[in-house]
Amino acid sequence: MPQLDFSVWPPQLIWLTISFVALYIIMARVALPRIAEVIEHRRDRIANDLDRAQELKDKSEKARQDYETALGKARSQAHNIAQDTRDRMASLTERQRAMSEAALANKIGEAEASIARTKAQVLARLDEISVETASELVETLIGKGAKPAQIKKAVKEAIAAQGGE
Amino acid sequence: MAADAVEHGGGAAFDPMHQFQVKRLVSFDVFGLDASFTNAAAFMVLAVVVISVFTIASMSGRAIVPGRMQSMAELSYEFVASMIRDTVGNAGQKYFPFIFSLFMFVLVSNMLGMLPYSFTVTSHIAVTVALALVVFIGVTVIGFVKHGVGFLKFFVPSGIPKALVPLLVVIEVISYLTRPLSLSVRLFANMMAGHTMLKVFASFVIGLGILGGWAPLAFMVAFTGLEILVAFLQAYVFAILTCIYLNDALHMH
Repeated sequence: MPQLDFSVWPPQLIWLTISFVALYIIMARVALPRIAEVIEHRRDRIANDLDRAQELKDKSEKARQDYETALGKARSQAHNIAQDTRDRMASLTERQRAMSEAALANKIGEAEASIARTKAQVLARLDEISVETASELVETLIGKGAKPAQIKKAVKEAIAAQGGE
Repeated sequence: MAADAVEHGGGAAFDPMHQFQVKRLVSFDVFGLDASFTNAAAFMVLAVVVISVFTIASMSGRAIVPGRMQSMAELSYEFVASMIRDTVGNAGQKYFPFIFSLFMFVLVSNMLGMLPYSFTVTSHIAVTVALALVVFIGVTVIGFVKHGVGFLKFFVPSGIPKALVPLLVVIEVISYLTRPLSLSVRLFANMMAGHTMLKVFASFVIGLGILGGWAPLAFMVAFTGLEILVAFLQAYVFAILTCIYLNDALHMH
């Protein structure tokens, strides 16, 4: 077995020492710090990116909330304005209605007063007209006029009788 | 020489262990020690180069969104980092470069060994013993530095009758001392057995010829897949056992 040929142990051990020490120094001084640096850099970068993404997400969330608050405010403002306008219009209409109603009532009153006046005038002259009509009727019926005093009396009685009904 | 016969295309003198032969490519001595640059040394250096290129060149873009190679480098980094986090916790981060180097060295050595005509560094007990001893001695030193003499309490299990203490301490000490042995033999034996097996079946393919060679060839394809899994698994086992031993030293269970 060549492995147990002890004459080749010293060169193997010497070269193993040389190469392994060289490997250790290269790894510890150059290779591993470089790999560690790259991995660390990547980890930082990813962490940074994630942080930034979170930050932006927070910002957009805040913007959304702001927008929603503003929208809500605007909506309630619009509602208020609409309500105000509606109230104002209603009161205006009410006032105009009242005014026109008052005017109408006035006019109706005036008209009623005028009717009453006319009626009173007519009624005041009713006796006179009745007497004239009666005397003409009597004259037409019997060919001669009656005494105005008698006719007046008869009309008065008739009106009294009618009014008594 | 049988080995030379195989090397020069001789099929008859077949030796499945030839692939483990260490050959001196450049021979030289340092202070009387044989420090020849062998094929094993070449593959160790190649592993270091491959790992360095893999972890440095692929990261040169330093891309936020990684490409294929960068993903793999980062994946191996995260793999070892999470392995340490899960077994040792935050105290283990200090030893991350060592465990990463160990894991990658064993993994890449195993994988390079899967290439035809290559040499498997980890199939040599000299290498695995050395790595296991570095882990074992290092972990023991860390334990004593961290807990002082109190680290010896690690060998006294809690909640046992007084009479059993001497026996259990002996058992605990033996089990602790066998750690480097099991660690090194597991890796070495797995690598050697797998590669020997592949070589033996490869020889069957040749031996049975064009008619009967298909069955061992199919087996070899499947077995190569398994060997790649084993190559990864053994590197993982080596690294995670190191983590567990480290955890024992740092936290005393």
